[in-house]
Amino acid sequence: MTVQQSDLKLDGNAIGGLLREIFTMEMTAAIGTCAHCGTLHAVGEVEVYMNAPGVVVRCPSCGEVQMKVVRGHGKYWLDLSGVRCLEFSAG
Amino acid sequence: MGFISRGFRGKRRDTASSSRLPPGQYVVTDYPVLSAGPTPRIPLSEWTFVLEGEIDQPKKWTWEEFRKLPTEQVTKDIHCVTKWSKFDTVWTGVSIDTILDGVETAAEYTVQFSYGGYTTNLIPHLYFWKSAKWIRGIRLVNEDQPGFWEVNGYNNYGDPWREQRYWGD
Repeated sequence: MTVQQSDLKLDGNAIGGLLREIFTMEMTAAIGTCAHCGTLHAVGEVEVYMNAPGVVVRCPSCGEVQMKVVRGHGKYWLDLSGVRCLEFSAG
Repeated sequence: MGFISRGFRGKRRDTASSSRLPPGQYVVTDYPVLSAGPTPRIPLSEWTFVLEGEIDQPKKWTWEEFRKLPTEQVTKDIHCVTKWSKFDTVWTGVSIDTILDGVETAAEYTVQFSYGGYTTNLIPHLYFWKSAKWIRGIRLVNEDQPGFWEVNGYNNYGDPWREQRYWGD
């Protein structure tokens, strides 16, 4: 069995809809500061793993986890501990 | 007695497929691949497996040493919390009984940790996220330490037969 990483890894645009549900606004242009390495990236640039029990977002610079999103029972569990700061325009 | 129970044999269940399928699950015949990150590329010369934490003498095996440990083959049904189940998967490896052989510890909990940073608690025959890929060690601990998914909505125990998927289930 061969699994290509490209089949599993997506870019941040893949979670545009999910983040719009949570923040009720367009978030792919938001700028996040990685809590691990301090690098700034637009949400649309991050690395996204969706073939998992939840969505895992990783920093494209250092590879560490920036964000986890789990959906179930009509709830969201949102872990942003890997994002030191998220800058986005007021709606 | 805490959470550490020897062996992965679990309860015997009827072989009829209807009674082998936990509630809310469906059967797959392919093999879905889930991943929370890139596959770690660890040279075998650098690969180790450790048993650490609440233990007087931590244990560490190189790849060559680990491969010399006795292995056994088990056939198990696996149940993913994302609702697919696959029957009769065959696994060959080193039993946890071998890893813990001769170990004296007062620890009541374990954390398994992996290359790539994934963690979960070590509990046999539960939802499949409790089985870490790329595992590199087991830590014996005195307090329960929820892992990668358990801190973020997923059930700390995760019994598929009781459909313990999320917090509060």
